[in-house]
Amino acid sequence: MPDTSPLSTIDLEALGLDRGAHLLVDRALAVLPVGGRLLVRGRAPALGIHLAVWARARGHGIEDLPAADGETRATLVRGGADVARWFGAERAGDPSPSGVSDRPDPTWGFAARGALVEAGGKSLPLDLDEKRWVWTDLAPQLYAQAAASQWDPNTAIDWGAAEPLPREIEAAVVQVMTYLVENEQAALVVPARFLGRIHPHFREAMQFLATQVADEARHVEVFTRRALLHGGPLGASGVGGRASLGTLLEEPDFALASFLLSVLGEGTFLNLLAFIERFAPDAVTRNVARLVRQDEARHVAFGLGHLEYQVTQDPELRDRLRAAIVRRHDALASTAGLSEDVFDALVILAAGGWNPEAIASGYRAVERLQVDMHDGRQRRLVRLGFSSADAAELSALHTRNFM
Amino acid sequence: MVDAPFTLGAVAYDPKVVTIWDGFRTWFNARGFPFDYVLYSHYERQVEELLEGHIDAAWSSPLAWVRARRLAAAAGTFVQALAMRDTDRDLTSVVVVRANSDIETVAQLRGRVVGVGAVDSPQGTLIPLAHLQSLGLAAGEDFEVRGFDVGVGLHGDHIGGERDAARALTEGRVDAACMIDGNHLLFTREGTLPGSSMRILTQTAPYDHCTMATRPLLDAETAGRFRELLLSMSYADPSVRPLLDLEGLKAWLPGRTEGYAQLETAVDTFHFYDRAGHITALDYRP
Ligand SMILES: [Fe+2]
Ligand SMILES: [Fe+2]
Repeated sequence: MPDTSPLSTIDLEALGLDRGAHLLVDRALAVLPVGGRLLVRGRAPALGIHLAVWARARGHGIEDLPAADGETRATLVRGGADVARWFGAERAGDPSPSGVSDRPDPTWGFAARGALVEAGGKSLPLDLDEKRWVWTDLAPQLYAQAAASQWDPNTAIDWGAAEPLPREIEAAVVQVMTYLVENEQAALVVPARFLGRIHPHFREAMQFLATQVADEARHVEVFTRRALLHGGPLGASGVGGRASLGTLLEEPDFALASFLLSVLGEGTFLNLLAFIERFAPDAVTRNVARLVRQDEARHVAFGLGHLEYQVTQDPELRDRLRAAIVRRHDALASTAGLSEDVFDALVILAAGGWNPEAIASGYRAVERLQVDMHDGRQRRLVRLGFSSADAAELSALHTRNFM
Repeated sequence: MVDAPFTLGAVAYDPKVVTIWDGFRTWFNARGFPFDYVLYSHYERQVEELLEGHIDAAWSSPLAWVRARRLAAAAGTFVQALAMRDTDRDLTSVVVVRANSDIETVAQLRGRVVGVGAVDSPQGTLIPLAHLQSLGLAAGEDFEVRGFDVGVGLHGDHIGGERDAARALTEGRVDAACMIDGNHLLFTREGTLPGSSMRILTQTAPYDHCTMATRPLLDAETAGRFRELLLSMSYADPSVRPLLDLEGLKAWLPGRTEGYAQLETAVDTFHFYDRAGHITALDYRP
């Protein structure tokens, strides 16, 4: 049946389909209904042949008209494939953090939150794909804070200001730094392993963990650099400490791993870093401890935040958190925990001298540190909804290695 | 064998063939049509096994269709062209020369060198050479043919031969090159054939490309159900759209055989197969 509707026309002039003319043709077709006709004119060589090829590939019809005065003319009949392609397409949630979906479709994959997503396609193998497992409403704010607080290890610390210390004090500092590097490396790898399992729809959670990994990379650097500052050899690494950190890697569940690492481990480290800052015998040690502690406070806030959220969604999570502490405690029961080298180094730092009175005072300070750590852990456990009695019992089962 | 699934043969000219037919297999099975596929390394064996009834359908190049039709006719039976892609209809091939060449007419190809694709390529070799023959120029007699054999046995599905011919034209090693219209646009776009320095000398009449051939004696109900399912595949269906994109179609259409007349003539002209479907091309080793 002949179509009697008036024909739209587009003149491509000398522009060929090999040089982008399809953009003009697409634009002219887009405003037509399916079945609508468009007269295309142009003077590019091979335009008629290329139009036929292009129309065929795009699912449009074509009717050739005879060329006149060296000009190609063809009528395109708009097909419906481009419309069909977007049938069933949906928005991947809303771009704002308040538009985060509870359960984003795994086929959304890496699509930007809020993008129009063509239906279908393969699911990404991302198993952390529920809001309650990874989200906290603090994530956008904590990420922004993290992005604004990145510091340059080279300039944030005045490495040149390092005064030489008595040999044994320096050795104690180096031992503590050696221990810290080991712990920071574990703290880097654990979130990094989960980062690739989180649905990117939870963008701010993913971004936060990326900053956390970057923070730990800096921590590894500054502690290493402080350890080597006066050219001494590094300290010792005990089997017990390494076993304790190894159990963190064995935890495949994000909630349980962030509970053990961030809430308990990094939480405990807040006290340790404050202790080092207070008793540091030199400015460099004091400053690295201070800078790292600021970062760690964010890591603890994120871990605590998303577990608080998850516990409200899923109160039975508390039973699994409890079981995770007990399991880790049992796995480490036969190991030494914190190495004596590290413990003694902390005493020496707090003692600041070698007379019995100074040592006694250092020893008391380390005891006080452990009490503070225990208190801090209990406070955080109570925030997750544990009773004070449970919090006290569970905190006591935390690894003797602190992290 | 009552429970044997409907089995399709396809030629593995590219790794994506596995993705495509795996996907279609899942799609057919989900619709209660038990379906499986086997892959062949070239078309000739696929055609022979179709005729022997080892497979129920063969996703066929136009040349494979011509041979299947001839083999069936010689055996007193027939094969059916059940369905084809929307993109298989009304293709053309072109013969291209350099814009500054002194070749202004087809007749001026006399004594020159024409680059073509693989020996078994309908679009890159057989159809354009038959087109020149119809215009009075016999390949190998009136002009020299330089073949660019890539993927022999794949019936021109591999783009390499046509691309090599186009490169040879750009570099002045041949005076003209044959290719399918779609590759002309592709080569121009990617710069293999710089658009402004090339000219189309002649274009063939439209012809059809691939078809879904079914074996002799396939029962009409099964064939009908298979065709019905193919034709029902919708580009709006996200479970099948990526497969349609990979296979290069928006919709399956009913098969038709009028579009293979040029190729039938070419096959006779160049003695590629005889009337009974035997391979008679001397320089063809799939
Ligand atoms: Fe750290
Ligand atoms: Fe940390």
